[in-house]
Amino acid sequence: MPMISLRHVSTTFPAARGEDPIRAVDAVSLEIPQGSIQGIIGFSGAGKSTLLRNINLLERPTAGAVHVAGTELTALDGEALRRARHHIGMIFQGFNLVNNLTVAQNVELSLKFAEVSEKAERRRRVAEALAIVDLADRAETYPAQLSGGQKQRVAIARALATRPQVLLCDEPTSALDPATTATVLQYLADVNRDLGITVVIVTHEMEVIKALADHVAVMEDGRVVERFPAAELDREDFAPRTAIGEYLAGGGIRVDRGGRAAADVAAPEQADRPEQTEQTASHDSHQLPEVVG
Amino acid sequence: MQRILELQPELVQALLETFVMIGVAIPLAVLLGTPLGVWLFVHAPGGISPSPRSHAVVSGLVNAVRSFPFLILLIAIIPFTRLIVGTTVGTAAAIVPLTVNAIPYFARLVEQNISQLGIGAVEASRAMGATRRQIIRNVLLVDARPGLIGSITITTVSFISYSAMVGLVGGGGIGDFAIRYGYYRYETAAMLVAIVLMLALVTIVQWGGGRLSRLADKRV
Ligand SMILES: Nc1ncnc2c1ncn2[C@@H]1O[C@H](COP(=O)(O)OP(=O)(O)OP(=O)(O)O)[C@@H](O)[C@H]1O
Ligand SMILES: [Mg+2]
Repeated sequence: MPMISLRHVSTTFPAARGEDPIRAVDAVSLEIPQGSIQGIIGFSGAGKSTLLRNINLLERPTAGAVHVAGTELTALDGEALRRARHHIGMIFQGFNLVNNLTVAQNVELSLKFAEVSEKAERRRRVAEALAIVDLADRAETYPAQLSGGQKQRVAIARALATRPQVLLCDEPTSALDPATTATVLQYLADVNRDLGITVVIVTHEMEVIKALADHVAVMEDGRVVERFPAAELDREDFAPRTAIGEYLAGGGIRVDRGGRAAADVAAPEQADRPEQTEQTASHDSHQLPEVVG
Repeated sequence: MQRILELQPELVQALLETFVMIGVAIPLAVLLGTPLGVWLFVHAPGGISPSPRSHAVVSGLVNAVRSFPFLILLIAIIPFTRLIVGTTVGTAAAIVPLTVNAIPYFARLVEQNISQLGIGAVEASRAMGATRRQIIRNVLLVDARPGLIGSITITTVSFISYSAMVGLVGGGGIGDFAIRYGYYRYETAAMLVAIVLMLALVTIVQWGGGRLSRLADKRV
């Protein structure tokens, strides 16, 4: 039995005045095996976030069924749904920490919400979760004193503290530089491997998928238009079926500059800038250079 | 100078009355205005639990009280004042209209403070399976704390000045002292002393509030 199963899930947002309703997710069916990492990729507005939010019913689908760990979430609401959410962690592009709480208090929040009533137990689990993301020494700092990567690690710790079975990630590295991205993705990989947590990650960067995912679903206009094992991306002769899949797999940003060659307009100081060095995944961003690229 | 010394007991008395009025009205306004402000935020269209109809009604009521000129409110609610404190004159009677006016005043500030916070932490909390009450207590009111302290400061300063008008119902206070001696009896010196005292009071409140608010703010 898959850890997550979406069956014909659709989400329609009511129409703004004089416009058609928006079909953000359109009859998507997806099964995500226990312990795997599922990537969801697509352009802005493709419906990735909505689909991810359908999994924990942050956005209730207008049609279809969502099962997580054998429970049909779409059949739940109120108290029962809240309880189910205690087993589904989520992290966001903007980290979404509470600024006036310390790192430890932020992590403790998920335990309070999960009704872990014993203070000592909460403290123990906070320490445990912060150790996983190597932030035990920052427990008493406030988020404003942390780098973006560290904030995301706090968010990961907060999600892990309740020992969830699933971790949903909505563009967790889109606000981070490449070196920090590598660090955060490494933690997600570790969490998946060591704790067996099923990870779903939404992104618009194929690099992220390549680095982390087992399976990829490509979204366009609310539909999953293509899916393939992420390992395919490493094959020389891999050819995505759809134009969008090909574009995303091809990577790189292409800009039409009206026929002018880039060299004609390159500023001198840019021309002799040294080649950007490949950043390698390291485990602790403290050891990485601050400036990248 | 001689005259000021003569009036000293009355000045002290007036200051005490101001302290009592502000000391009762503002905590009550905070105690009752905070839930009202939270309610306005939560049930606003686009809030975390919209209910546009009842929001419109409550919001209208809040606006109604807020738009009453204070002197008229003071008179208009005299029957209510009698019901609450059993009398319509004196410092206790003055506290009622002050509080009635301060509650919606503070509630609007609370609502504004909370709606300025980003929605991100609320989203995260919902994903963590938090109840609405938990989100309000552990997230919204926590992140709004520096702003709330600022709002308490503003409300206190405003109502130090409003409290000057309660002389009309025999409320007393330092502002009333200034009006009685400065306006009715042309005792400029007495009025100046009272005004300087009010200025000092406002300055202290503003300075202390600003400091507390900065201490509570961990965003930088
Ligand atoms: N709450 C909402 N109300 C109305 N429309 C919405 C809402 N949320 C999303 N949409 C619309 O649904 C579509 C899909 O949005 P979604 O946020 O899921 O896309 P996305 O793939 O995550 O995009 P991005 O990469 O920009 O985050 C968009 O057209 C968006 O405008
Ligand atoms: Mg999105």
